[in-house]
Amino acid sequence: MTKKLLAATAVAALLTTTTAAIAAQCTNEGWNKVMSRGKIVVGVKADYKPWGFRNSSGELVGMEIDMARDVADAMGVKLEMVPVQSSNRMQFLEQGKIDLMIATMSDRDDRRKIVGIIQPNYYTSGTNVMSPKAVGLKNWEDLRGKPVCGKQGAFYNKIVSERYGANIIAFTGNAEAKQALRDKKCIAWVYDDSSIMSDISSGDWNDYEMPLSSEDDNPWGLAVPLGEKNCVFGQFMAGMSFNWLQSGRLIELEKKWGIQPTAFLAKEKERMKDWLDK
Amino acid sequence: MLAFLQDFFRQLAEDYPRWNFIFFHDPVQTDRILTGLWVTIELSVACVILSVIIGVLGAWMQGSHLRLPRMIVQAYIQFFRNTPPFVQLLFFYFALGQFTPTYSPDGWLEIPIISNVGWAIISLSFFAGAFNVEIFRAGIEAVPRATVEAAEALGYTRLGIFRHVVLPLSFRVSLPALNNNLVNLVKTTTQAFAIAVPELLYQAVSIWNDYPSALYPAMLLLFVVYILLVGILVFGMHRWERAMRIPGYGN
Repeated sequence: MTKKLLAATAVAALLTTTTAAIAAQCTNEGWNKVMSRGKIVVGVKADYKPWGFRNSSGELVGMEIDMARDVADAMGVKLEMVPVQSSNRMQFLEQGKIDLMIATMSDRDDRRKIVGIIQPNYYTSGTNVMSPKAVGLKNWEDLRGKPVCGKQGAFYNKIVSERYGANIIAFTGNAEAKQALRDKKCIAWVYDDSSIMSDISSGDWNDYEMPLSSEDDNPWGLAVPLGEKNCVFGQFMAGMSFNWLQSGRLIELEKKWGIQPTAFLAKEKERMKDWLDK
Repeated sequence: MLAFLQDFFRQLAEDYPRWNFIFFHDPVQTDRILTGLWVTIELSVACVILSVIIGVLGAWMQGSHLRLPRMIVQAYIQFFRNTPPFVQLLFFYFALGQFTPTYSPDGWLEIPIISNVGWAIISLSFFAGAFNVEIFRAGIEAVPRATVEAAEALGYTRLGIFRHVVLPLSFRVSLPALNNNLVNLVKTTTQAFAIAVPELLYQAVSIWNDYPSALYPAMLLLFVVYILLVGILVFGMHRWERAMRIPGYGN
């Protein structure tokens, strides 16, 4: 059994290394594919209000969808959007189901080995929980041994369960997890603070609060396939990101979608300021 | 030996970054896989037993002289056979879960007396049970009418005929089809993932979310484990089939 397993592993590993070696030469396959078919397929979130969600008529809208449209406009191609989940977004990109991923993904070291995460980062968020006011959480330690709802694919599930001993119950989608919180199946919902803030300000969660101080602030990154990162597509997206930050476009979008202004975007705008600007 | 294997897989992960068999060299991940495997086995065994009981009971009620039990069984089969098991699972857990009594350990939490594992067992057993009823019915119809009449002539009651004559004979006819359905049932337990039952798929997905480098190994492990689990089930069923064989009856 073990022997066969090892043989299969060796073959598969060999295959992966060969493809990696080819990709290093910049075939620009992804970029050329997008240009020749005149359409870019972008993986976005469909359950992450207001970054990517469905409006009442079922269309995908949100801050990241506007960013995807900016990209398509700059490339002069049509835009197609594919809703992705946190737990499958990197695989979608790797397999070529999507050309580009703008899906609220935290930029993590181990993820950079799988997909081509573009610098500069376009947003940031920390980890926090949404919890009923009635529970009266005071600090992270209060979570020890308690059931806490989470979402499959979030990197901080592991951190919260290891650091504070929370018993994470991870659902596949935000909707299921939040329903479980409403059904009182857990005492809190651990997620990005930015998303929780916009949930609470939406008025649907009046009896809930975000009582803890955010932890593990982590920038977000959009991603192209790993082999494209240092080629045309990656360089182009790096330029898009830079312009979004420098021109204040993202601050504008933040306002448009009613997101609380983050210090991050203001700081990045300042950092990348054109030296000729007064 | 164990340390050697751990070192081997650690080295493999370093040489081939996409082949991090983390559950073979990190005790925390090993533990996750083992607990997941245990939940999957519990879930499978409970569902297999319960669904067979439902199948036998349903087939018995279906042969009733009264209309009501026959209609109940028919409605049950139509409902559970004609809707996706995934939808049933979500419906049971989120919709029916609202109406089950709860207790509260701390004043806020409402822990339902039926946990997500409980709902998974109920929902999957009812789903597979609906098919089992039909499978047993086919077996019952294969029992020659003359055999039943002979038993009636000997003064057996209806229940007696079912228990001592019809069921033992029909069971043998039903076994191959039952085998298929139970194999499907074991594989369907992975859908409990959707309601956060910490079974094997849940743990594997959690691991590859925490460690993207473990994606391929975790998927490979899933295949291997399910092949083994289903293999054990099929082996057991075949042994049973052979042990129950009546020379000259069936094939």
